[in-house]
Amino acid sequence: MNFLSLTPIIFVIAALAGFLGALTGLGGGVVVTPALTLLLGIDLRYAIGASLVSVIATSSGAAAAYVREGYSNLRIGMFLELATTLGALFGAYLATRTPTSALSVVFGIVLLHAAWQSTRRSPPPSTERHPDSLAARLKLHGAYPEQGRAMEYTATHVKTGLGLMFGAGTVSGLLGIGSGALKVIAMDQAMRIPFKVSTTTSNFMIGVTAAASAGIYLHRGYIDPALTMPVMLGVLMGSLIGARVLMGAQTHVLRWIFAVVVGVMAVEMIYNGVAKR
Amino acid sequence: MTDQQVEVWIARLLRSGVLLAALIVLGGGICFLAQHGEMAVHYHSFRSEPPQYTTAPAIVAGAMGGDCLAVIQLGLLVLIATPVARVAFSIAAFALERDWMYVLITAIVLAILLYSLI
Repeated sequence: MNFLSLTPIIFVIAALAGFLGALTGLGGGVVVTPALTLLLGIDLRYAIGASLVSVIATSSGAAAAYVREGYSNLRIGMFLELATTLGALFGAYLATRTPTSALSVVFGIVLLHAAWQSTRRSPPPSTERHPDSLAARLKLHGAYPEQGRAMEYTATHVKTGLGLMFGAGTVSGLLGIGSGALKVIAMDQAMRIPFKVSTTTSNFMIGVTAAASAGIYLHRGYIDPALTMPVMLGVLMGSLIGARVLMGAQTHVLRWIFAVVVGVMAVEMIYNGVAKR
Repeated sequence: MTDQQVEVWIARLLRSGVLLAALIVLGGGICFLAQHGEMAVHYHSFRSEPPQYTTAPAIVAGAMGGDCLAVIQLGLLVLIATPVARVAFSIAAFALERDWMYVLITAIVLAILLYSLI
């Protein structure tokens, strides 16, 4: 196949991935890589490089919308970036030393988790409060608007959160995804930060985390210009449309369809990884 | 300026960066397809990109010289630079608030980012 016929196909696949990723809140990166490798037989390393770059595009492109809502917390995000960027460097370093078959299996496991996560509803707001002196010193608190009132919150379990964030950064750097789901778990479930604050802050962090490993991917020659071009433009366009549609859309059925699709891809990725060796 | 205003301003900057990057990538892509669209693809087996597409100085030089693939990479560099710029501007925002602890934290994050890029 030549570039002229393959590029539009890649663009459409990437746009679909970005669209679904935005609708389900999982991000386009987690879908576009398995789609490229399973449907078009593209080497996993090329797909990971292209996906990582498009993750930056969607995170930065969506930032304006999230900021206006007033949920994201710059201090919490920046503090946790210490862990995610270091994790991302570590992950990108691991990626260049891990055989593709093993990467494929790890990717499949992360996809299984994403499938499971996408069928769950937003957890109820956390009410448990432990005073955390570290959180107080680092000013990891804030307020968000809800029904016209300012709801105040303070983070807890800061060290656990940092550790989980290092893990999220490692997965992001290793697989070229935003790992937004893991970031939300670290903030919402471990640090007891309100769900809306967690999701919007996570979105801002995704771009910074991905930028940390993108440099290493570029230097290692994983980012192919002719392939990344349609992937990045497609995911960006798809996710911008998805974010528009999201306002008031009924996503419950969609989430289930998505979970099944992602689950099938997960099994295939794991099978491919095992079968190769 | 309040936190919120600074954030809105930074977010606008980010979106402009992404838009600029997308336009450069699109331009380079059209140029590449017009010149080499008939070339066969090679993505089934991985071979590392040649050095002219992996370092910032080589990419800029290539793009100036009219290499379409280097133009795409230049757009991707602009894209990678947008979150880095966001972190850099956050340092200024924290400095305006005289929050030196967060100036330090943000500077460390920026140093990690620059380490990976350079």
